[in-house]
Amino acid sequence: MTIQEQQEDIVSDFEYLGNWDDKYEYIIQLGKELPLIEDKYKTDDNLIRGCQSRVWLHVDYIDGKLEFTADSDAVITKGLISLVIKVLSGHTPKEIAEAEITFIDAIGLSSHLSPTRSNGLLSMVKQIKLYAVGYMAKSVQQ
Amino acid sequence: MTISGTRQLDIAKIRKDFPILEQTVFGHPLVYLDNAATTQKPVSVLKAMDDYYTTINSNVHRGVHHLSQLATDAYEDGRRKVAEYINARHTHEVIFTRGTTEAINLVAASFGKKFLKEGDCILVSGMEHHSNIVPWQLVAEERGAQLKVIPIDDNGELVLDGLDRLLEGVKLVAFNYVSNALGTINPVATIIAAAHGQGIPVLLDAAQAVQHMEVDVQQLDVDFLAFSSHKLYGPTGFGILYGKEEWLNQLPPYQGGGEMIKTVSFEKTTYNDLPYKFEAGTPDMAGSVGLGAAIDYVRELGIQNIQRAERELMEYALGVLGDIDGLRLIGRTDASRRAGVVSFLVGNIHPFDLGELLDKQGIAVRTGHHCAQPVMDRYCIPGTVRASMAVYTSGEDIDRLAAGIRKAAKMLG
Repeated sequence: MTIQEQQEDIVSDFEYLGNWDDKYEYIIQLGKELPLIEDKYKTDDNLIRGCQSRVWLHVDYIDGKLEFTADSDAVITKGLISLVIKVLSGHTPKEIAEAEITFIDAIGLSSHLSPTRSNGLLSMVKQIKLYAVGYMAKSVQQ
Repeated sequence: MTISGTRQLDIAKIRKDFPILEQTVFGHPLVYLDNAATTQKPVSVLKAMDDYYTTINSNVHRGVHHLSQLATDAYEDGRRKVAEYINARHTHEVIFTRGTTEAINLVAASFGKKFLKEGDCILVSGMEHHSNIVPWQLVAEERGAQLKVIPIDDNGELVLDGLDRLLEGVKLVAFNYVSNALGTINPVATIIAAAHGQGIPVLLDAAQAVQHMEVDVQQLDVDFLAFSSHKLYGPTGFGILYGKEEWLNQLPPYQGGGEMIKTVSFEKTTYNDLPYKFEAGTPDMAGSVGLGAAIDYVRELGIQNIQRAERELMEYALGVLGDIDGLRLIGRTDASRRAGVVSFLVGNIHPFDLGELLDKQGIAVRTGHHCAQPVMDRYCIPGTVRASMAVYTSGEDIDRLAAGIRKAAKMLG
């Protein structure tokens, strides 16, 4: 599935969820279910500091694709992170660098990407993009 | 507990003075419990500021013309109201600033320049807002001075046992009257007396006190006192530094510019008298008018009546919240030494998650470290959920909060 298809998939999932309770319960469930990151990667180096909640992000470069794992101490942030990872992980650096994250807005949670929210999600998306650009530059050098 | 000589306030009637409260958020009537961050403004404040701009706006202390005189009178009337409200001996002991933060920065910079030497100490408390830590760190670094800290205990109270020893080498003590993170009312009189016993001046951050209780600077015998207009039902961007005349006269100016000078030549400038020495540039006239109207509003209700209503509500809130499974209050659990603020956590729920689900139910609280990271570190927690009250906060608001917490906890549990 392409990044765009993956996003459309999530948006249509959310369309079935009527009110805010259902949406949040789904996100919370995602946050709880996914063991996103191995403890050894929950290091200070991998820590993205939001003002309110902390996010850890780890990247592996496997067969030309970037695989991300992440975690957060806040479960709603963690649920959203798992969606972002579902969308972006497993793609080439170029695809990730060029991707536009539209689904968070489309499911009505755009405030999570507001810089004033400082919950780490925006910083995480930025960091993923930075990794992608970094690996693109590396592969050009090679 | 009833505070003697007070009357019952009609909260439903008071709420009508604050039109912003009459709205829905995500389909729910707004429950505004972020008053420690900023209070809402009554119509009388909005109208006073509107009238100022509509009818008399002009620059102050300068013009020979009619409007300038009216604007000056209105601006100075605000100062007189502040002086009366905190019972300052002289009106010129009230300096207008942009807020508590600027007031503290002013004292830190000016006091530091004049009095701090290498090896001197500034004593703050472990429950300070960053605004009462960082200005002192900046000046301490510049002067080679050090910061010392009054520790806090598990109850969220200052530990005063070793205070006399802590005061050795200290040039100024700066601490808050009421903690913005915990709501603790600090033993102000004891600390001021101890400091004065060793000839040390005291700055009191009263940003979380003046809206909840009577603050009398002469009775406190405090040397400097800072607070913000916007937490006292007044406009944003406006605040107060009170200083005893003898101290303010000794401090050098903070900023240079118009208004703060008497004569200027390239060789030598002489500074204006108090309070203008500390008010460089065109001031916030509408801010003074707005704060004046806010003080009128508070005095009409009566600060003692407000204190009584809020204490009763605090008792109610502590009871209602205390009944919630897994809810842990941070700080004191009795209302008598707490003002305005209830800080808590529920089980292992991250405060951010709880705050977000409360928001979706139309309940505005603050989550995080409340700009008091050392307090959170003291309790080894990432932050708290903070519900904070004002005079218009109702029992129904507290009930909605409790129901909202239960619902959120169930969703997150």
